[in-house]
Amino acid sequence: MILDNGAEVIIGLEVHVELATRTKLFCACPSAFGAPPNTAVCPVCLGLPGALPQLNREVVRLAARAGLALGCTVRTRSRFDRKNYFYPDLPKGYQITQYEHPICEWGALDVPLADERVRHVQIRRIHIEEEAGKLMHEGDSLWQARGSLVDLNRAGLPLIEIVTEPDLRSPDEARLFLRELVSTLSYLDVSDLRMEEGSIRCDANLSLKPPGFTGVLEELARVEVKNVNSIRNVVAALESEVRRQRAVLDAGGRVVRETRGFDEVTGSTLPQRSKEAANDYRYFPEPDLPWLSVDPAVIEEERERLPQLPGARRRQLRERGLAPKDAAVIAAEPAAARYFAGLTDQGADTRLAVTWMLGDLARLLNETRRGYDESPVGPAALAELLALIAGGTLSGRMAKEVLDKMFETGQSAAIVVAEAGLTQISDQDILAEAVGRVLAAHAAAVADYRAGKAQALGFLVGQVMKATRGQASPDVVNRLLRERLAADAAV
Amino acid sequence: MTPGDESVAESARAVHQGASAVRRVEAALAHLAETEPRLHAYLHVRADGALADAAELDRLGPEARAALPLAGVVVAVKDNLVLKDTPTTAGSKILEGYRPPYTATAVARLQAAGALVIGKTNLDEFAMGSSTEHSAYGPTKNPWDVTRVPGGSSGGSAAAVAAGTALVALGSDTGGSVRQPAAFCGVVGLKPTYGRVSRYGLLAFASSLDQVGPLGRRVADVAQVFQVMAGRDPHDATSVEGPPGGPVLDATGSLRGLRVGVVGSQRDQAGPEARTALDEAVVALSDQGAVVSEVDLPHSRYGIAAYYLVAPAEASSNLARYDGVRYGVRGEGQDLAEVYLHTRGEGFGTEVKRRILLGTFALAEGYYDAYYLKALKTRTLLAQDYRAAFRSVDVLLTPTVPETAFRLGEKLEDPWAMYQSDVMTVGANLTGLPALSLPWSVTAGGLPTAIQLTAPWLEEARLFSTAAALEASRAQPWTGPAGEGRGAS
Ligand SMILES: [Zn+2]
Repeated sequence: MILDNGAEVIIGLEVHVELATRTKLFCACPSAFGAPPNTAVCPVCLGLPGALPQLNREVVRLAARAGLALGCTVRTRSRFDRKNYFYPDLPKGYQITQYEHPICEWGALDVPLADERVRHVQIRRIHIEEEAGKLMHEGDSLWQARGSLVDLNRAGLPLIEIVTEPDLRSPDEARLFLRELVSTLSYLDVSDLRMEEGSIRCDANLSLKPPGFTGVLEELARVEVKNVNSIRNVVAALESEVRRQRAVLDAGGRVVRETRGFDEVTGSTLPQRSKEAANDYRYFPEPDLPWLSVDPAVIEEERERLPQLPGARRRQLRERGLAPKDAAVIAAEPAAARYFAGLTDQGADTRLAVTWMLGDLARLLNETRRGYDESPVGPAALAELLALIAGGTLSGRMAKEVLDKMFETGQSAAIVVAEAGLTQISDQDILAEAVGRVLAAHAAAVADYRAGKAQALGFLVGQVMKATRGQASPDVVNRLLRERLAADAAV
Repeated sequence: MTPGDESVAESARAVHQGASAVRRVEAALAHLAETEPRLHAYLHVRADGALADAAELDRLGPEARAALPLAGVVVAVKDNLVLKDTPTTAGSKILEGYRPPYTATAVARLQAAGALVIGKTNLDEFAMGSSTEHSAYGPTKNPWDVTRVPGGSSGGSAAAVAAGTALVALGSDTGGSVRQPAAFCGVVGLKPTYGRVSRYGLLAFASSLDQVGPLGRRVADVAQVFQVMAGRDPHDATSVEGPPGGPVLDATGSLRGLRVGVVGSQRDQAGPEARTALDEAVVALSDQGAVVSEVDLPHSRYGIAAYYLVAPAEASSNLARYDGVRYGVRGEGQDLAEVYLHTRGEGFGTEVKRRILLGTFALAEGYYDAYYLKALKTRTLLAQDYRAAFRSVDVLLTPTVPETAFRLGEKLEDPWAMYQSDVMTVGANLTGLPALSLPWSVTAGGLPTAIQLTAPWLEEARLFSTAAALEASRAQPWTGPAGEGRGAS
């Protein structure tokens, strides 16, 4: 994104993803969401005097898997460090993280942009760290709160932080990157990816590169917007930051390097209090944990077990003739991809499968807030319905009714069709009679058609369909009408 | 008879044979009532708890008792090791009234072996000090001379053992905190190999240096307690398993052919009494067939500097959790910053604050490379020195401390002088090596001297056998403190 003053938008992201392990990162407390406050805790995650961390190896496996999926090198040796700062949600007064030697380094994610373009976003590193607790205050902020409560159930949950290079060029690219990242992670079973429960959070860095700037990007004044909790808010925060920095530059000012917060209410970023921002975290190697060794065999095992990821799936779907947009929707989430694969495995026609899965089925799922994996009409059942359409037994309009009923009752297409007597009428003699009645009743439309108003034909088809309660085969009706109208005209 | 007059093995054997554990605790409590007013070795005496534990032990059948290697052995525990539901303060005001909900692995292992915890002993606040004068609850006195310090930071544990109120005691050793008070109080003190004893439940001072260690009247007592505590603990990722094998103390071994290296530079740093003790020990070793030579640890002169960067740096982080939010004493304040300031400002003592400031500075952005990182490099160089030395010798011999116990208040206003007490002990912590302090002689002034043995990684057994042979050959039979601190016995 180049602004009209020639400045280029430069964005890098740090994405925190909560990992879906059964227990916390350094203790055996359950990671379940929604327990009563301060019940999923122990001496370790409470930071009690004398307690020590024990690493949950499952976290290492998940972090390695995410790294491999993003093309990173997984280090067989990495290390934990302490990040020191005071905050009531941080029981030990430091967070155990990986600073100098992260577990994964240097990967990339190719993000599809509009117009078939792709943004190659480099992943600088992925590291493991622990989550803090949750604070609830009475008052505007912690520093002025009349009272605050601390819930440490979340303290010590495992996170990975995925750090990109400053390769993104607009807030919209940031949105597309995050979507592609979430989509990729959703195939890996590493995280619940529940935005509203905070399982993904983002720190976004933005700077404006003046036209003609030839230095390294690190020299630009970079503003970091911390702790934004949804893709929509990340975009809003970045857009507001572009406007703000632009205004500063236009007014002849200089953008200062700083950390800002995002205010959802005003949709703008605000400087964080210097007390919070001016931290020197005094990182140093965590002495309570040895170097983290990852068995190369585990890395290989994870590499071999990697599922097909969205990019490859999209390519494959498009090779099978799907439109880019349809391929993108189906590849975006594992449930959709599985559903589509189920349909085609049952022999469904590809074009019909796409139309019905992304059309009426998607509508029904949306209305009932269900995912493809929760659909009352499974891929096999829908494939059966599609076969009836392909075989000419059901018209599209009838099939719609049948699908609604199947979705409602969970019955198969055959049963719904039999019970409602909904078979398509293709019998020429029956339909010819209906066509005759309709033509006789709508002389004006017939005249219009003959006067060259082609849309009058559609009206007449509709009338025949109505007269047959929708059971007529539209193809046959169409043909009969054209034949009759042509024949009568010749008389 | 006081508990200290028996060996651990004798005490356990008696209880195995049906002697009452309750009676042992009662005797210890009675003795403690006599000595404690003069010594102040304990911060918390666990009279009811120890009696209840003893009663439970007495109810066990003979077979169940015989399975407990430390059955009825009265132990004292430094007050920076947690014991479930028992006050643990680490000698600090900030933890006044705190009762931990769990027990440290080292303590739990002793209890599981039948040991009876009689109380929590005094220490320099958060184990930071060399005299126990930095306890927020007042100093402990040296049982040999109550005008003198017992050393520190495990001064309470050393005094308790020397006075005979406990047969053995647990301390922690970050820069000499077991060995130096052991030397000042005339008892045996071991700093095991780093990781050999779990740190789970030890209130961290400097995590990469801290190690739990036993103090006792005899080498065999210390060895036996060590054997029970040692071994990998899943709760401590830095803990390690020792070499497989039988008892760690083979007292039948001779010293013939044992290669002993005397660290020349540390002999030179010793005062006259410490040097005399060292020279006598060299003679005793030679007499028993050991081959004594002089070795050099060229980087050991940087030991104190490296130690006083690494330890405060880690402490500044380890002590961040004492913020008044979840436990301990909370300071009053209008907002969070004030609560932090008052909690920590009023809760911590001067020495702790000094070290937190020092450590915070050493880790600060822009100073890390010059201080903390350089100190880590020094540790590496020092470890190389020791490795090189152990290519030509089996154990190293040095004084434990340059001098005998100093007077209360003598160094309190001079931190630098106080820090120099650790000059001969920090090496083992910086390198993770096991080291043992053995009482050697009593000076004309009536104070104990000590020597220190250091062995390669995980070679505690070598320390014990060497120390046991030296113990047996000591010039004067060991009688313990005869001073007023000991009380009537
Ligand atoms: Zn926990």
